[in-house]
Amino acid sequence: MTAPSYAIGIDLGTTHCALAQVDLARSEGDEVALEVAPLPQLIAPGEVQARPLLPSFLYLPHPEEISPADRGLPWGAEHPWLLGELARERGAHTPIRLVSSAKSWLCHPGVDRRAPILPPEAPPEVGGISPLEASVAYLTHLREAWDHTHPEAPLQEQLLTLTVPASFDPAARELTAEAADLAGLRVTLLEEPQAALYSWLQATGGGWRRQVRPGDLILVVDVGGGTADFSLIAVAEEEGVLQLHRLAVGDHILLGGDNMDLALAHVVASKLAAEGTTLDPWQLRALTHGCRSAKERLLGGGAEEAIPVVVPSRGAKLIGGSLRTELTRQEVAEFLIEGFFPGVEVSARPAARTRVGLTQFGLPYAQDPAVTRHLAAFLGRQERAATHLPGSAPEGAGFLRPTAVLFNGGVFKAPALVARTLEVLNGWLAAAGEPPARALQGADLDLAVSRGAAYAGYVRQGGGVRIRGGTARAYYVGVESAMPAVPGFEPPLQAVCVAPFGLEEGSAGAPSPQQFGLVVGQPVRFRFFGSTVRRQDRVGDVLEAWSPEELQELGEIEATLPPEGRHPGEAVAVRLRTTATEIGTLRLEAQPLVGEERWRVEFDVRGGEGG
Amino acid sequence: MPEPRPGFFARMGGAFGAFWRTLTDAEFAAQLLRLRRGELPPPPPAPLLKAAGPESALQLLGLLQGSGRLVDFLQEDVTAYTDTQVGAAARIVHEGCRKVLEEYFALEPVRQEAEGTPITVEAEFDAATVRLTGHVVGQPPFTGRLAHRGWRVARINLPKLAEGHPVEILAQAEVEL
Repeated sequence: MTAPSYAIGIDLGTTHCALAQVDLARSEGDEVALEVAPLPQLIAPGEVQARPLLPSFLYLPHPEEISPADRGLPWGAEHPWLLGELARERGAHTPIRLVSSAKSWLCHPGVDRRAPILPPEAPPEVGGISPLEASVAYLTHLREAWDHTHPEAPLQEQLLTLTVPASFDPAARELTAEAADLAGLRVTLLEEPQAALYSWLQATGGGWRRQVRPGDLILVVDVGGGTADFSLIAVAEEEGVLQLHRLAVGDHILLGGDNMDLALAHVVASKLAAEGTTLDPWQLRALTHGCRSAKERLLGGGAEEAIPVVVPSRGAKLIGGSLRTELTRQEVAEFLIEGFFPGVEVSARPAARTRVGLTQFGLPYAQDPAVTRHLAAFLGRQERAATHLPGSAPEGAGFLRPTAVLFNGGVFKAPALVARTLEVLNGWLAAAGEPPARALQGADLDLAVSRGAAYAGYVRQGGGVRIRGGTARAYYVGVESAMPAVPGFEPPLQAVCVAPFGLEEGSAGAPSPQQFGLVVGQPVRFRFFGSTVRRQDRVGDVLEAWSPEELQELGEIEATLPPEGRHPGEAVAVRLRTTATEIGTLRLEAQPLVGEERWRVEFDVRGGEGG
Repeated sequence: MPEPRPGFFARMGGAFGAFWRTLTDAEFAAQLLRLRRGELPPPPPAPLLKAAGPESALQLLGLLQGSGRLVDFLQEDVTAYTDTQVGAAARIVHEGCRKVLEEYFALEPVRQEAEGTPITVEAEFDAATVRLTGHVVGQPPFTGRLAHRGWRVARINLPKLAEGHPVEILAQAEVEL
């Protein structure tokens, strides 16, 4: 393998993929040759164009639907699916054949992510593919597109950084790394809010050192098409050099710009319904599209009080068959700003989600649409994340107080939404007697994640300041406490810490002092928990009780001892040991009390079986 | 391309022909005299007209229809509808066609000055780029008022077409099952 020529960032997004490159030979220090790579894709049958974004949509066409010649790609690959713009366009008309939001399915603990469950409403004839396969398909397209234009520097030989939401659990990270592996790519994972901050660092060309001070707490608010993701990054000074530490990440929240467009479409559709016009699904989709454009105008600083929204006719009679209505500033303010970004108290919390059965099918969308309430919950939960830093608020302050905010994601292309989020946050800060947080300027909202990931790869080569952080959770295994059985009562559950918070990439935690009994040849399953707030727990610490805020249950883990050299049915005592790998995944291993053997403990990604 | 040069016998025939015609044809004699003084302008080259390939025109029409419903709009009889109805449809056409222009063409004005301002057209101006109208007399540089800034396509980036893709289908018939 030759030395890499490029550091490449891959944004495998819920709604879009993007790829950015740093030419290593032409970069030195803060002077970075960074570009976004155009991605050739079918935009219509038989028409190929390179665009900066590849829509993360996969369409499974009917064999008669589109001729092989009309679905050819410049590199001659033949896949049974269509990807990108054409897939999105086709899928809008034929949803039963469309796979969208594969990434949200990839981290859905309630489903088997290796099973062909997508598209969710597909009739049996359509076939279907798994969330994992869909992710492999997007990455394969990126690889083929890159290799086609860079035959001298194949993608798998470059320094690759692939982004994941900060809130992704270990199983979803593992699956993402596996998808890359299956696509023939060896990647390092990076959290998306960190990538956004890297992009900002790079874009300032070294000027960021004057824009932040030691003691700054940077809140990254990343609201994309499908997900909302929060992270906190602290600025510290060590031996006169500014350092960045990622302190905390938020929960996985399926809430984004697509929800907002859909909400507005329903508002307008109900207006039309009041006038006696009902829309069919095709028209509703067209209306959603129209509302998106109108929203962007109304929130983009335009002075109009209302923007006409026209639902085009399906047939050729465009003038006679179209429906005209309008979206008013008042409606956008009421349903979008007040609905998704309401001015709430810092003590507000999202409407509680009723615990869903793990076998429930369908994506676990956020029950509460208010981004500001989710933000309040995040800052409240992380109130103690920075107490170890000099100059930060004392314990018991009620919420963590950021001093700067970096916005990312397409939703924040609307200046009004940036302004509202800042206004709400600064209201909380003012009530607590703190100075307002400032917005860090100059992020490219659609492409920051891929650009930042490319830059992060360059930084790992020694080109700049690296954001440190380690794992953003502590991890626990659930064990039943030993007590006499009482009919009708489940024995109480204890949580044994197997990995501390902040385990750095490339380092291993201590083996657990507790022993776990495994039976040779039989899979043994454990309940598995994560905590984004318990920073003090060490490996082996046992929790008897915890609040739902403290520990979240993740998918189960499963260990199977191979029968080689042992008797089936024999019980073996093992310790659990956790490693944060160099590539950003978590590896759990069982090791016997004596001997050098190691067995991999797998994350359950099949969903529901034990739940 | 130079014409083939006539051989000896052809030249002798031409010389005798010219002798008699100079004697009998005054107009011919006058032309011959101008030629000998080196004055006769070369005949203007026949204009080279080439037929534009239909493929990219059809492709563009297809794009404008696909994104902006342009063909639907133009093929409909607008006289039957109110201005409000036509206006509503025009928004779809405008938004969609504009997207096509933005996506595939980089447009820039030919002249950067604001329309209505006085400008000077220099001597070596390109007549294909700047059109003079009104009181067109005298010698350049001309001074006048910029009536239209003009448009120039700086870059064009039409999608690549698959071999044999039927570009004459501007919009497929849709059959909902």
